[in-house]
Amino acid sequence: MSEHISPAPQRCGAPAFYPDAGLPVHAGLGLKPEHFRQILETLPELGFFEVHAENYMVDGGPFHHYLTRIREHYPLSIHGVGLSIGGDTALDARHLDRLARLLDRYQPASFSEHLAWASHGDVFLNDLLPLPYIEQKLERVCTHIDQVQTHLKRAMLLENPATYVEFAESTMDETVFISEVIQRSGCGLLLDINNIYVSCVNHNRDPYAYIRALPLAAVGEIHLAGFAREQDANGDLLLIDSHGSAVAEAVWQLYEYALRLVGPKATLIERDADIPPLDILLAESRQAERLLQAASNNVQIKEARA
Amino acid sequence: MNGQQEFFAPLLDPELPSPAGLTSWNGSDPQVRYAVYRNNVVSSLIDALADTFPVTQELVGAEFFRAMAGIFVRQQPPRSQVLAFYGESLPQFIEQFPPAASVPYLADVARLELLRVRAFHAADAEDFAAETLGHRLGQVEDLSSVYLTLHPSLGLLGSPYAVTSLWAAHQGITDITGVDPYKPEYTLVIRVGLDVQVRRIDVAVFDFIVRLHQGESLGNASDQTHARQPEFELVSALGFLAQLGGISCIKTGKEIQT
Repeated sequence: MSEHISPAPQRCGAPAFYPDAGLPVHAGLGLKPEHFRQILETLPELGFFEVHAENYMVDGGPFHHYLTRIREHYPLSIHGVGLSIGGDTALDARHLDRLARLLDRYQPASFSEHLAWASHGDVFLNDLLPLPYIEQKLERVCTHIDQVQTHLKRAMLLENPATYVEFAESTMDETVFISEVIQRSGCGLLLDINNIYVSCVNHNRDPYAYIRALPLAAVGEIHLAGFAREQDANGDLLLIDSHGSAVAEAVWQLYEYALRLVGPKATLIERDADIPPLDILLAESRQAERLLQAASNNVQIKEARA
Repeated sequence: MNGQQEFFAPLLDPELPSPAGLTSWNGSDPQVRYAVYRNNVVSSLIDALADTFPVTQELVGAEFFRAMAGIFVRQQPPRSQVLAFYGESLPQFIEQFPPAASVPYLADVARLELLRVRAFHAADAEDFAAETLGHRLGQVEDLSSVYLTLHPSLGLLGSPYAVTSLWAAHQGITDITGVDPYKPEYTLVIRVGLDVQVRRIDVAVFDFIVRLHQGESLGNASDQTHARQPEFELVSALGFLAQLGGISCIKTGKEIQT
């Protein structure tokens, strides 16, 4: 494949990513059907909502009814879980078409996907599975992101993964792999702080050093979520990226650290299991909003001194 | 490690060992860590089925349902990223799953639940008010040249079992003690506004709507139904359909040709 031999970064035909052109720099929430009505009735103060693309790939009915109305009041982020960008097999053209139609319909401020695979052949596994960090995968991921950005005619954000195993064959660190993908493909970074914390505990790494090793200028959105606690075969802590509980204190601390390095960025509170009442999630979003406000004050102080 | 295939295969096959080439920082057995993925894949897909088939699950209990669904997931994993419709073939699977044979109506209850999910997510469409329908039909002389397009959410189920009464009893709508499961029932499922409705209908109305659904003209569907079910009344059947928003388009033979 001659197109991968070139040492120059590939821009892939899609516009280069502009981190500040997407979502508003505020806290947002994952949109859950349980909360559709209350959101429309109360219109809570929030920066944006985020939805999983695949849940809205249906012809009509209540999901589109409510999302259309909520979209009239809030910016939207569409977050895919099914593209399988890290997969060996070619991207599913039907799925890419469905995605293009969804983005066309809702005109979201941001589209993001994962550094993971979720399909093998034509089997969809509904999980975000890990890949070894080797040159061949790097080229594959860049090719897939190129196809996505070209097809959707927009730059996407790529989310750093939460993982439970590592591969003996990996030849580069995850942060190096992600940096290379971003440089070669021109995509942006969805900085998932919970994934960083989960992966760094699971692989005994320093999460603060991990953040410093990423290309932070490319960050377009931040994710915060809760994890579950398990044990590995040695009885050591194994964290599971479950999205089923409140954001942990250690993750909030890591978030504050990231904000000092990155500056304020649109921040999502993710909750996909054991969905609590909307007010509980709004309280978490206000905590993120306070930290965002503090971060933007810091930026202003720095600028005033400069 | 032999690529993604080696990581993939054991996810759905509990007999296979976890893939080689996985490591952990503390030297702990990677099989335990790999099991997180195995569990995520299978349990999230079982959860998706439990969302689609809540009454099917209630009828046999969560433990039985999840064990059955686990076998189904491993045999017939999803082929689409859109999980809303995963489990289209679960009713046939249940029919051939010997441990479920003691609940002979289980597969048809699952069919009813599938119709509800399809209706929930079906395309939106205009519907005719009953008066408009009457007005339009009053203008045509020959009903055999009239074709009705039914609402995209409309589905039909005829069963030798009382699946709709059983389903309703599990919604707290009716009392289950009065339900004879071995009584045939005919059911129409349709989304009215944002709500999916499940309506028991008599066999004549069922027969009539099935014919319309298959593309027969209004006149032909009416005549054929009447020949088999003399009690059939066209006006009340059409009124019932129109009241539920079940008719989204009326065409005469002329319009179809042009």
